Amino acid sequence: MAVQEQCTVIKHEQLTGNIFALTLSAPKISRLAKAGQFVHISCGDAQLLRRPISICDTTEDTLRIVFVVKGEGTKWLSQRKTGDGLDILGPAGHGFDLDRLGAKPVFIGGGIGVPPMLKSMKDAKALGAQPTAILGFRDKDAVILEEEFQAVGTVYTATDDGSYGISGFVSDVLEGHIAEFTSVCCCGPKGMLRALAMIAEKAGIPCQVSMEERMGCGIGACLVCACSLKGEDGETKYGHVCKDGPVFDSKEVAW
Amino acid sequence: MADMRVNFCGVELKNPITTASGTFGFGHEYAEFYDLGELGGIGVKGLTPTERLGNPAPRIAETPMGILNCVGLQNPGIDRFITEQIPYLRQFDTKIIANVSGSTVEEYAGMIEKISDADVDLIEMNISCPNVKCGGMTFGTQPAMVEEVVSEAKRYAKKPLIVKLSPNVTDITEIARAAVGAGADALSLINTLLGMRIDVETRRPILSNVVGGLSGPAVFPVAVRMVYQVHNAVDVPILGMGGIRTGRDAAEMMMAGASAVAIGTACFADPMTPVRCAGELEEFCDSHGVGRVTELTGAVQV
Repeated sequence: MAVQEQCTVIKHEQLTGNIFALTLSAPKISRLAKAGQFVHISCGDAQLLRRPISICDTTEDTLRIVFVVKGEGTKWLSQRKTGDGLDILGPAGHGFDLDRLGAKPVFIGGGIGVPPMLKSMKDAKALGAQPTAILGFRDKDAVILEEEFQAVGTVYTATDDGSYGISGFVSDVLEGHIAEFTSVCCCGPKGMLRALAMIAEKAGIPCQVSMEERMGCGIGACLVCACSLKGEDGETKYGHVCKDGPVFDSKEVAW
Repeated sequence: MADMRVNFCGVELKNPITTASGTFGFGHEYAEFYDLGELGGIGVKGLTPTERLGNPAPRIAETPMGILNCVGLQNPGIDRFITEQIPYLRQFDTKIIANVSGSTVEEYAGMIEKISDADVDLIEMNISCPNVKCGGMTFGTQPAMVEEVVSEAKRYAKKPLIVKLSPNVTDITEIARAAVGAGADALSLINTLLGMRIDVETRRPILSNVVGGLSGPAVFPVAVRMVYQVHNAVDVPILGMGGIRTGRDAAEMMMAGASAVAIGTACFADPMTPVRCAGELEEFCDSHGVGRVTELTGAVQV
């Protein structure tokens, strides 16, 4: 269940040229937040719609978000300073089902899909699992949060152009290590999620995918963030990323 | 304390604030934030004879102070609304405004007949959806079609019939007169304005349906103008909507001629908007010596 909370920025970090992190005092939302959920943030008077941002990490009283500046809303958000207030709805949506991970889950993020995997990996470890992360980035300059993942478990970092870590895609890394894992949780571009889902399904292990879509209300009322799902009768039906997701079982998605 | 009650076609609303169809689902999501009984009425998601899946994503594009949408009337169908949603909504002390659409005159008539026998307070007939291929806006843009579909629907209506008008016409008063002449008990306006956005990087439309309906504060002055024109042209109550986000906006819409108002897109920015607007409208009345909120209707002095 989402609540509306007036939060305060307590830390501002610039992680790369266009990726920022904000740590917020958000005692209501942080206590409710589950791995893979998101928050819906009001980005100033000039932007009508809120911006959905995944939850990267939480403590008892704080919430950390990591986002890429894509347009005016996220630009405004990146310019917040310590002490500024933010109007936030959250935690929203359904996150990863941590009961389905098995002993050795792998958490895979691509680009700005990396941040939500941090809390997910931490929570999995707290439940007794031995989690691995596979992080994919465009190039060396785009690498974020790697050390924080390394503090939790084994990490494979890959770059598309080979300028850092393993050269190639996260799907190549997963394919090479698939026998080590009991389940896959992933977030990133749709093509990447689809490729990962195929590998997991072939190996017969569960795969949970975190989807993205242009969003309106963020709580399930306006029905704009449609995601194609397989209906019981084989026909495509529409679920909604904000309420039914953002995390879906890969077998539910009509790719 | 101003008297906020409004008699809308014989149905008493506790205040003039309602929610606009298509922006509020069936109320479940917003009920987590406040008691829906604080609102005068709830306009539910547009209903069709059978389930509609709607259009593929993307269904939304942001615009300066507005949004374009092409949801395409996704809904579970009228039967499931009646069995599953009416009992839910009846928990709250508010009025239910059922919104219905069809793709033929016969479908409209069937929908009106069926919903008339259900436990709803008002029927809003949507002849103005821009996002469906058959029916929808095509019914609402030609006076002769409006007259035909409304007069047929009226034969089956056992509850007050509100006809929702499209702003995508040359002369809204012509359409309003046709609807009222055919028996509409009230009018609601405006539905969304047809618009389009293009991603200049990919050179492709942002919306899956290419075009969509514009709503939000950007359309407010257009809505106020059309409500004003229609109020001067016909003699039925008007449910005014289009870009309202404050109590003062609601007061302005009422001064233009609305008896009650509906709030839509602004809920996406802040779920508390309708409740806040109700409070702000009451404060406006109190601070301006308005004893009854109904005094605001048509109060503009030109």
